[in-house]
Amino acid sequence: IMCASAKYNTRGPALIPRMKTKHRIYYITLFSVLLLGLIATGMLQFWPHSIESSSDWTVEKRSVHDVPVVKLPADSPIPERGDLSCRMHTCFDVYRCGFNPKNKIKVYIYSLKKYVDEYGMSVSNTISREYNELLTAISDSEFYTDDVNRACLFVPSIDVLNQNALRIKETAQALAQLSRWDRGTNHLLFNMLPGGPPDYNTALDVPRDRALLAGGGFSTWTYRQGYDVSIPVYSPLSGEVDLPERGPGPRRYFILSSQMSLHPEYRSELEALQAENGESVLILDKCTNLSDGIPAVRKRCHKNQVFDYPQVLQESTFCVVLRGARLGQAVLSDVLQAGCVPVIIADSYILPFSEVLDWKRASVVIPEEKMPEMYSILQSVPQRQIEEMQRQARWFWEAYFRSMKAIALATLQIINDRIYPYAAISYEEWNDPPAVKWSSVSNPLFLPLIPPQSQGFTAIVLTYDRVESLFRVITEVSKVPSLSKLLVVWNNQNKNPPEDSLWPKIRVPLKVVRTAENKLSNRFFPYDEIETEAVLAIDDDIIMLTSDELQFGYEVWREFPDRLVGYPGRLHLWDHEMNKWKYESEWTNEVSMVLTGAAFYHKYFNYLYTYKMPGDIKNWVDAHMNCEDIAMNFLVANVTGKSVIKVTPRKKFKCPECTAIDGLSLDQTHMVERSECINKFASVFGTMPLKVVEHRADPVLYKDDFPEKLKSFPNIGSL
Amino acid sequence: MQTRKKYLFLTFLASWLLLFFFGGDKLRRFAFFSGRKAEVRRNWPHWTDRSLLQSFAEPEELQSDGDPSLPSPQERRAARLSVYKNSGCRMETCFDFSRCEKHGFKVFTYPRERDQPLSESYSKILASIERSRYYTPDPAAACLFVLSIDTLDRDHLSGQYVRNVDEKIRGFPLWNGGRNHLIFNLYSGTWPNYTEDLGFDIGQAILAKASFYTQNFRPGFDISIPLFSKDHPQRGGEKGWLYQDSIPPKKKYLLVFKGKRYLTGIGSGTRNALHHIHNGKDIVSLTTCKHGKDWEKHKDTRCDKDNIDYEKFDYQELLHNSTFCIVPRGRRLGSFRFLEALQAACIPVLLSDGWELPFAEAIDWGKAAVVGNERLLLQIPSAIRCIHPERVLAFQQQTQFLWDAYFSSVDKIHLPGLWQIIKDRLLPHRSRSRFLWNTLPGGLLALPDFSTHLGDFPFYYLQHGRTLPAPAEHSQLSACHSTSPLLPFSGSSPSEKFTAFIRAISPAGTLSQPILRLIQAVSASQYCAQILVLWSCEKPPPPSGKWPQTTVPLTIIQGSGKLSDRFFPYTAIQTDAVLSLDEHTSLSTSEVDFAFVVWRSFPERIVGFPTLSHFWDPEQQHWGYTSKWTNELSIVLTAAAFYHRYYHSLFTEYLPAGLRELVDGLAACEDILMNVLVAAVTKLPPIKVTQRKQQKESVPQQVGRGDGDAGTPPAGERSPSPPRSPPAKVKGTAGAAGGRRFSQRQDCLDQLADWFGYMPLVSSQLRLDPVLFKDQVSVLRKKYPRLEKP
Repeated sequence: IMCASAKYNTRGPALIPRMKTKHRIYYITLFSVLLLGLIATGMLQFWPHSIESSSDWTVEKRSVHDVPVVKLPADSPIPERGDLSCRMHTCFDVYRCGFNPKNKIKVYIYSLKKYVDEYGMSVSNTISREYNELLTAISDSEFYTDDVNRACLFVPSIDVLNQNALRIKETAQALAQLSRWDRGTNHLLFNMLPGGPPDYNTALDVPRDRALLAGGGFSTWTYRQGYDVSIPVYSPLSGEVDLPERGPGPRRYFILSSQMSLHPEYRSELEALQAENGESVLILDKCTNLSDGIPAVRKRCHKNQVFDYPQVLQESTFCVVLRGARLGQAVLSDVLQAGCVPVIIADSYILPFSEVLDWKRASVVIPEEKMPEMYSILQSVPQRQIEEMQRQARWFWEAYFRSMKAIALATLQIINDRIYPYAAISYEEWNDPPAVKWSSVSNPLFLPLIPPQSQGFTAIVLTYDRVESLFRVITEVSKVPSLSKLLVVWNNQNKNPPEDSLWPKIRVPLKVVRTAENKLSNRFFPYDEIETEAVLAIDDDIIMLTSDELQFGYEVWREFPDRLVGYPGRLHLWDHEMNKWKYESEWTNEVSMVLTGAAFYHKYFNYLYTYKMPGDIKNWVDAHMNCEDIAMNFLVANVTGKSVIKVTPRKKFKCPECTAIDGLSLDQTHMVERSECINKFASVFGTMPLKVVEHRADPVLYKDDFPEKLKSFPNIGSL
Repeated sequence: MQTRKKYLFLTFLASWLLLFFFGGDKLRRFAFFSGRKAEVRRNWPHWTDRSLLQSFAEPEELQSDGDPSLPSPQERRAARLSVYKNSGCRMETCFDFSRCEKHGFKVFTYPRERDQPLSESYSKILASIERSRYYTPDPAAACLFVLSIDTLDRDHLSGQYVRNVDEKIRGFPLWNGGRNHLIFNLYSGTWPNYTEDLGFDIGQAILAKASFYTQNFRPGFDISIPLFSKDHPQRGGEKGWLYQDSIPPKKKYLLVFKGKRYLTGIGSGTRNALHHIHNGKDIVSLTTCKHGKDWEKHKDTRCDKDNIDYEKFDYQELLHNSTFCIVPRGRRLGSFRFLEALQAACIPVLLSDGWELPFAEAIDWGKAAVVGNERLLLQIPSAIRCIHPERVLAFQQQTQFLWDAYFSSVDKIHLPGLWQIIKDRLLPHRSRSRFLWNTLPGGLLALPDFSTHLGDFPFYYLQHGRTLPAPAEHSQLSACHSTSPLLPFSGSSPSEKFTAFIRAISPAGTLSQPILRLIQAVSASQYCAQILVLWSCEKPPPPSGKWPQTTVPLTIIQGSGKLSDRFFPYTAIQTDAVLSLDEHTSLSTSEVDFAFVVWRSFPERIVGFPTLSHFWDPEQQHWGYTSKWTNELSIVLTAAAFYHRYYHSLFTEYLPAGLRELVDGLAACEDILMNVLVAAVTKLPPIKVTQRKQQKESVPQQVGRGDGDAGTPPAGERSPSPPRSPPAKVKGTAGAAGGRRFSQRQDCLDQLADWFGYMPLVSSQLRLDPVLFKDQVSVLRKKYPRLEKP
C-alpha cells in the first residue's frame, strides 16, 4: 500500500495543474476517494485494539513471548481448595450448555497471558509444548467456540500439566482472576503430574474450587467419579519413536519391567520373580556406564546388556507398570504403544479414561500385595486372549494416548457424553478397535423373541401390470391362516390399478399403494400400512406355493425373526479363474441367499433398506432394475452376521429372475448381471457378508413315515 | 489525454486492488460492527516459536518417577489401612481378602433370632442366599457375612424399624468392625430430609443400598441395588412385556408419568415441575397432590384440576403404551417405577440427580435408559424426540435383557448382582469385562472361571470380531473346499472339530455291538477330533486292546456312577463342540457330519436327533412331555446331540448343587435339565436335524408309538408357548417298560419348573435337513445321499 500510494502521490500533483477545469473536479473526487480509502486502511492497520483483543487472534505469526503480561498483586484472591463432594449436578452449571441439535458442548479457551507476581517474577512457564498442542487441538475441534458468552466449558490457558513447574499460590490467584472464573464453575484444568514431595498428592494441589480436573494419577480417594476425568500421563516418546504395530505371536520375554528408579522393595520382588522363572522375566534398569551423547532415557540395561527403549517393550508379552511416587506413569503409554499388555500394579489408581474404557480387555490389574503371584496369574491368561489384549492395548494407544490431541478430544467427549447422555458414544465405539468394529456385528434385533403367532404377517406384492397373475397370487396367499393384511404395491404410473370391484374378495384387508416412480426399491419401503413385524415379499407370478408352505414359512420366520426366510435359494461362489464372485442358481448343496420373490423377513429390514443401505446400492439397483433381492440379502447378512433360512424342498419355480423370454442366451446374460451385482455389492460393503449353509428347514415330520393327516403341514413340496 | 486518462484509471484501479489485498483482512473484520456472521473464527494462535517450547516435563522426570525419601510400599499400605476407614473404605483397606482365599467365595448368614421379626423382603433375600451355591453354614469358612437383623427399612417411623441395632451388632463376636459384612438397605432416613443415615454404624461393612446418593457411595466398595417391592417374586419372575420389535415404535404415547406431586419438601423441585411437559397428546404427565395426611394444607391452584385428570388414566395402561417413562426421584432417589418401567420396556427417563444407578459398576445404563438431568426437565421432550428409531428399538430390547438377566426376581437381584460383582473384585484378573455384563445372556451366565476369553463361549461369535482374511488367503481356503468357503466373514467361529463323548452304562463290562458300531461311525467323521468314553459301569473298562482301532484318539474316563457325571467339564474335552452319545445310540457318519455342520451355525443351541415335546396338562396341573412323533419339539435328547462344551461348565458350576442332586436321584432327568438350562440361557428352542429312519434300537420310547394315535394340536394351537394342552392319549399310551422312566421324567419337568420358577423350554416346529434332502435330483449331486436311504 505504501508503495502504491507513493507512486500515486508523485504523479498526481504534477498532473493536476495541467488539467482542464471540467476534468479537475473529476480528478479531485477520485483522489479524495482514494485518500479516504487509504486513511481508513491505515487506521485499521495501525489501530491495535480497535476490536476486542483481535490482535491476539490473528493468524499472523507471533511468539509466545509477545503475550501480554499480567501482574498479580500479592493479595489477589485465592480460590477455595477443590471440593471433593462436587458432582455434575451440584457444581456444574448445565444451563450454560443448553440444548442444541448437534449435542455438542461449546468450549472456550482463554487467551494466553504471562503471569508475574508483584516483583515481576513469573509464576510458571508461559506454556509447555504439550499444553499448546492440547489447546490447538481443542481450538481446531468442533467443540471450540471463540464466543465466551456461548461457551459451556472454559479452558484456561494457564498451564498446570506439571505441578512441579509452577508456583501453587500464584497459579491459583491467576485462575481466580480469569474473567468468567465464578468459583471455577465449568472450568476444566488439565494436569498430568500432580503432587510433589513429600506426600505426592494424587490430585493437583493448586486450589481450584469447583473446577473440573482432568488429571493423570488420580487415586480412588481423590477422583470425583462422574465429575473429574482421569487422563493418561503423556509420553513425549510417542511422537519421537515410531514403533510399527507388531502382529500376534510369541515374544521373547514373558514379563518385562522397564521402569527406572523403582522402589527397592518392588525391585527386589521383581528380582525374586526373575530368579524363580529365569529367562522369561527381564528386569531392566537405568544404564550406568553409557558413553556421552546417548540419551539415558532411550536405553535400558540388564547387567551388561544394553537395550533400546522403548523398542525393547515389543519383545515382551507383558510389561509391568508399577506406581512410582505418583500413581500415573508415562511408561503406560510406551507399553501400550509397543502392544505389550500392561500389568498394572498401583493400588487404588484410577486408570486413564476408566469412565469409558474397559481396561479389563487391555490390561491385567494386580494388587500390590499379590506381586509375588504375578507369574502364575499371568500364566492363567489364555493365549488367544493375550493376543486380543495386545491388539486392544495398541488400539487404546492409537486412539487415546498417542498425542495431546487424542487426550484432549477424549476428555471433552467424556464431558460431552455426560451433558448429552442420550447422544453419548457407546461402549463399543469407545472400546472396539477398528478391525473389530468392522468385522463384528451388532444385530439390531438382538433380543431372542419369538413373535406371537397371532400377529400374523403382511404380504406385499409388487406388481406392474400382470393383473391376472396378480389376482391368482392374491387368492392363493389369502388362504394362508396367518395372513393379516395384503398390500399391493402398484408400480405402474401409466396405468391405474383395476377398480375395487374387480379385485378378488379376500378375508383380510387389501390395500393398494400407488408409487410415484417405477422403482424396485418400492417393494422394500417401510409402509405405515405394514402393522405386523413379519413381511412376506412375494412376486406377482409366484403361484406355486401352497398354503401349508407359506404358513410353515411364517412359523419358521417366527423362530428366526432376524433372518430372511425364503423359498428359492441361491448361492455365491468364488470363481478362481476370474478371481471374482459368481452367482449360482443350480441345484447345489448349499445356500447363501434366498430370493425375495417369496420370502419372509422383519419389517425392520425395510427400514434399513430404505434409509441405511450403504453406498449407492439403492440407487444403483433402481437404475439397473435388478438385484434388489441380492442387495437385501447382503444387507441382512451384514447387519446380523447370520445366514438365510431356506424353507421346504426345491420346486420348479418359473425362473423368477428371468422375465419375458426363456432363452439360453438371455439366461446367461442374466447370470452375468447377477454375478456383477454380487461383486459390486461386495466391494461396497467392503466384505462378503453372505453366509453359506448346508441346511434348509422342513416341518418336523417332513417325509416321515407318518399319516399325513396328522402332520401340521402335510402339503409341502407338492408340485 | 485519452492515454493519460487510461493510465490514471489503471493506477487508480491497481491501488484499490492492492488496498483490497493487503487491507482486505482488516476490511472483512470491519464487518464485525455490522454483524458477527462475517467474522472469522478466532482460533488459538499458531505461535512462531511453538516448536521451541519446552516439554511439560523432562524425559528423565517422566521415566524415573521415584523418590527415595518416600516410605516403602509396605509402610505406605499399612498407613493407608488406618487412614481410609469407614467413609473412606475401599476393598483394599476394609476387606479381608484372605478369608476368601482359603475357602473360596462362601457366604454365611447369621442364625435367625426367634424374637426378631423379618420383613418379607429380607426373608426372601436370606432365603435366596441360603439356596445359592455360595452358601456356607460355617462362619469359619465364610468370606462374606450377612446379618440376620432386618436392616432393609431404616425409616424410624416405619413399623419394621429395628431398634438398637448398634448394640446388637456389637454383641456379635463375628462382627469385627463390620469387616467382610454385607448390609442390605432399601429405605433410609425419614421425613423431612431423608438423609442416608442408617441409624447405626456400619463400620467397614459393604453397604448394598437402594437410592444411593453418589456422594455417600464408596466407589468399588458399596453396591447400589434397585428398590423392589415385597411382592417381588423369589425366583423365576415375570417376563418382560416386549413381545414385538416394531419400528418406528408404534406406541400410543411418547412419554408418560403418573404419580405424586410433592408440594413441599425434598424432591418437590422435580415433581412439582413435571406437569409442565404434559401436552395431552403424546406426552402425558399426570400428578396428584393427594398424599400424606395433610396435603390440603399445602394445596395450590392446580391441585383440584390435576387430581381429576389424574384419575382419568390408568397407570398400567400408560406403562404398556408408552415408549418412554419418566422415572423422577421421589423423596428418595430411587423408586419402584424404575423396575416397573424396565419390565414394561418403557425406556426409563431418569430424573434423579446424584443417584448411583443400580449395579452401575457392571451395568451400562446408557444402553437402556436416558439419564436426564432434573434441572433440564423442559429439554427432555425435544431430546427424546431426537433419538433415532433404531436406537429406541435397541433401548427397548436392552431393558428387557437387563430385566430378565438381573432384576426379574429376588434371586436375580441378590445372587448375581451382588455376589458376582463382589467376586469379580476379589480376583480382578479373572473378572468379567463390561461387555459380558451388558451383552446377552448377561454376566451371570458367563463364568469367568471357565474362561475370560470371549471366543471360548458359545454366545459371542458374532459380536466378537476377528481379523479378516486377506483375499488371497481366502481363495486358498476355498481351494481346499470344493465349493465356496465355509469361512465366516464377520465374527469368529467355533472350532472345526468336535469331541465325541460316549456314556457307557451297560452292566456287562464288555463292549457291546452297538457301541463298537457307534465308535466306528463317529470316528469316520472328518470333523471328529477325539472320542471320550465315560465308563460308568461297576466293572472296570476292558483293556485298551479290546477297543476298536480308530484314527482319532480314544480316551476312557472312569465315572463315579452319578447321572450328572456326563455333564462334568472334563479337561479332556478340548474342542468347542461336544457330541454327546449313549452307548446304544445308532448314528451314521453322514448324520454326524451333517449335524455338526448345522451346529456350527447354531453354536449356542443343542443340535441333535431324537426329540421330546413338553406340554402343560391342565387336568393334572402338571408339566408333561411326549416322545411321540409330534409336530413340534422342545427337548433334544443328549443320547445323540451336539452342544457347546461350555454347557458342561454351566451345568456343573452354575446350577445349584441341589438341582444336580435332584437329577442324580431321578432317572433320565439329566438330559432334560440340560435342555432346560440351555433354553433358560438362550430363550431359544433346540434344533432337530435329519435322522435316518432306523431308530428302533436307539430310542426305545419311540418304538411302537408311531401308530397314529398321537394327537396333532388343533390348527389354532400351534403356538409353541406354553401352557398348551397335551396331545391326546399321551398318558394312556405310556407302556409298562418305559412307564417308570416316563413318569419320572414327568416329575422331573415339574421339579425343574419349580426350581427355575417358570418353564424355560421353548418349542420349535422345524427340522433342518440338507438343502437337497429328498429332492427330485440325481443322488450324485447330493452331499448327504446316505441320509435318504431307508
